[in-house]
Amino acid sequence: MSDIAIELRGIDKSFGLVHANKNINLTVRKGTIHGIIGENGAGKSTLMSILYGFYQADKGDIVIDGKTVTIKDPNAAIASGIGMVHQHFMLVENFTVLENVMLGAEDSQILNTSISKARVELKRLEKEYALEVNPDALIEQLPVGLQQRVEILKALYRKADILILDEPTGVLTPPEADHLFRILGQLKDQGKTIIFITHKLREIMAITDEVSVMRRGEMVATRKTKETSVEELAELMVGRRVLLRVEKGAANPGEVKLAVENLTVRDSRGVTMVDNVSFNLRAGEIVGIAGVAGNGQSELLEAISGIRKAVGGKVLLNGQPIDVTAHVDPRDLRDRGLAHVPEDRHHVGLVLKFEEAENGILGYHHDKRYLKGVFLNTKAIQADAEEKIKKYDIRPPNPRLKTANFSGGNQQKIVLAREMERGPDVLIIGQPTRGVDVGAIEFIHKRIIEMRDQGKAVLLVSVELDEIRALSDRIIVMFAGRVVGERDPDATEGELGLLMAGVEGRKEAAE
Amino acid sequence: MSNPYAKLPGWAEYGLIPLINLVVAFLVAGLVVLLVGENPLNAAYHMINGAFGRGEYIGFTLYYATTFIFTGLSVAVAFHAGLFNIGSEGQAYIGGIGVALACLWLDKTMPWFVVFPLAIIGSAFFGAMWAFLPGWLQAKRGSHVVITTIMFNFIASSLMVYLLTKVLKPLGQMAPQTRTFEAGGQLPKLDWLMSIFGLNLGNSPFNVSFLLALLAAFGVWVLIWRTKLGYEMRTMGHSPSAARYAGIGEARMTIIVMMISGGLAGMMALNPIMGEQYRMQLDFVQGAGFVGIAVALMGRSHPAGIIPAAVLFGMLYQGGAEISFEMPAISRDMIVIIQGLVILFAGALENMFRPAIGRAFASIGRRSAVAAQTRGA
Repeated sequence: MSDIAIELRGIDKSFGLVHANKNINLTVRKGTIHGIIGENGAGKSTLMSILYGFYQADKGDIVIDGKTVTIKDPNAAIASGIGMVHQHFMLVENFTVLENVMLGAEDSQILNTSISKARVELKRLEKEYALEVNPDALIEQLPVGLQQRVEILKALYRKADILILDEPTGVLTPPEADHLFRILGQLKDQGKTIIFITHKLREIMAITDEVSVMRRGEMVATRKTKETSVEELAELMVGRRVLLRVEKGAANPGEVKLAVENLTVRDSRGVTMVDNVSFNLRAGEIVGIAGVAGNGQSELLEAISGIRKAVGGKVLLNGQPIDVTAHVDPRDLRDRGLAHVPEDRHHVGLVLKFEEAENGILGYHHDKRYLKGVFLNTKAIQADAEEKIKKYDIRPPNPRLKTANFSGGNQQKIVLAREMERGPDVLIIGQPTRGVDVGAIEFIHKRIIEMRDQGKAVLLVSVELDEIRALSDRIIVMFAGRVVGERDPDATEGELGLLMAGVEGRKEAAE
Repeated sequence: MSNPYAKLPGWAEYGLIPLINLVVAFLVAGLVVLLVGENPLNAAYHMINGAFGRGEYIGFTLYYATTFIFTGLSVAVAFHAGLFNIGSEGQAYIGGIGVALACLWLDKTMPWFVVFPLAIIGSAFFGAMWAFLPGWLQAKRGSHVVITTIMFNFIASSLMVYLLTKVLKPLGQMAPQTRTFEAGGQLPKLDWLMSIFGLNLGNSPFNVSFLLALLAAFGVWVLIWRTKLGYEMRTMGHSPSAARYAGIGEARMTIIVMMISGGLAGMMALNPIMGEQYRMQLDFVQGAGFVGIAVALMGRSHPAGIIPAAVLFGMLYQGGAEISFEMPAISRDMIVIIQGLVILFAGALENMFRPAIGRAFASIGRRSAVAAQTRGA
């Protein structure tokens, strides 16, 4: 009994007609790292939100250290020794580390006494768990990895014995992620219990002791990590066998389709996000742009696709210039053979309130075959949508359904079908599989390679390094808006990771 | 999971929820009537009877409804493109110039069916031009239409005072209004339509512009859901970033949509000017532009919702006038309170009962699912 930290018994939760958690049982042993894995929408976040007191379960019990507890809000969770590190940090940017750590846990009404007490306690925690961070540094000046460390310190400061980490590596570079794993290992050695939520199989294999798999609101299996494999976990997650490796032949690059020369882009605050970037993209190849999110990849895509104005540089599409520093009409670029699958399908690539068929013509709604004079040719639009639904296996196969009601993977397929079926010369794709379930990832990767094999030029931006390495024929690494290196796809992850962290880049620039 | 409300069937979404909101609004209004020391049932009787009790009353109710259909459509069109046009009031006011000019020019020489089309064009043109300016300012200068259209209402008001006292007023007349139009500037009443239902129109000004309003409602439906322009409007309204991605020019769309919205508002002027008073008077709009916002909100910006919502507000206007006539303790201000409550519950608090209704539907859904399973087993 005593070696069990948390036991969930028969947890059930519905939101209206959505049954998010169905009769969940979970046992987490003390002093272990327990992974919870599942596709988007499998119910992982709901379950953890119940454990941390954001939601109440409709049915079921939470047992902590042998005692049944009611967790009605996050304060109750903290009192029971549960701490949470959210995917999006809950830090006050213009406060110092110390101020953030003590925020909401001040001992006294007089701030100075609290601060000095907190400083002593923070020092002790830092030493005990080897989590060095300058207590007087402002959060906004810290790199993301350190900000996450502050989140962990916050939980420890509140005497958490059980730490929940929700997708903690999403924002980290590979070296930062490795560092995080080392910290988690130390915490485990000190007797802390860690629940680690992710959708990345590799991370589960790397650090957990046990892993539980969720699928469609149910807990389908719990395995000892040593006794399972990536293949088995993937199959459990999806409910069928999945191909994890992408089969692809050698590239056969042709003429240059897209040439980017000294492109510079600033954001609305005037900060340079893309700094003098140049590269070529040839027919029949996939060029991947690797980098930690926020290093200028998004702005690069937006500038090339005519959504954002550049301040300098040139872009040639099929040898003809695009006037990127002036107003570019995305419609004109589409006519010239450039298709764009944007990173943010919810706000850019799709109108979620539209019916599926209506989204099928977004951006191509000037096309004569969808129109009768100034009127929409609803029959043609419908027929077109049905054809794509069949070809891309979009489910449910209903073109009249609101787009918001499709799963992430199917929404992405709607965008891909629209952009790929045009047969563009150049296809630029941002985050093709973000928030997409494993089953659909396989399909999307295959389609991207098919496009390449048909002689299209594909520019791929993704924060998933595995995806970049699996699909690309060449890899360009961006850091702080600049291209810091170009590598073959067989470059090691460590090498790319260092480039992404800007380490190698600085050296190269200095030479 | 990001959406806290369960999805409801269409009839509940568009029928049940507005109905519940409306009932609650009237219950609270009843409490207010009670506070004043009057019998709410009595008031309700006078309201309903005053709005629908006789052919003449129905005529008045539908006359007001005509006005509100135009302004409601005006607000709704802008709303679909994500623009909040609060200037329908001023646009309708300025639209009156177009009606008046057409009538003053031709009323003595031409029959109404020649003057009417010109007046339609004139009213839509002047209304559209008054909306063009705020639209242009937002598109090119970034001045928010909510602010500019409110300001333009005041400018319109001042401009009309000037025109009606200095320019359009005949010499030697004291009232700030144009001369009375001759036969060519007078729209025929719809007594034939009423007599089909065996009703007598009496003195009410129910006229052919009602048919134009219905036509406009159909036109708006076609525009929004069946044309390329409507598709672009809805894209921009739902997601400006998706519109940018799709190459839909925000500046151009803002100006076009504001002009359509202003044109519809302007056409409202036909009803009072050519249909009732046969002259243009000061303040003939009487807040109809603002009622249009409530009508559009209640009608969910859909023409099929705007027409009943406009009739409802027509009823409040006509029936409300009747209450204050029959029950002196209830002043005209009370009617404004009741209208305010309807707007509050149907517009601002429209989601208040939604979670409870969603839960009710969910539990019914589950129970019937369970029942189906046990039957199957």
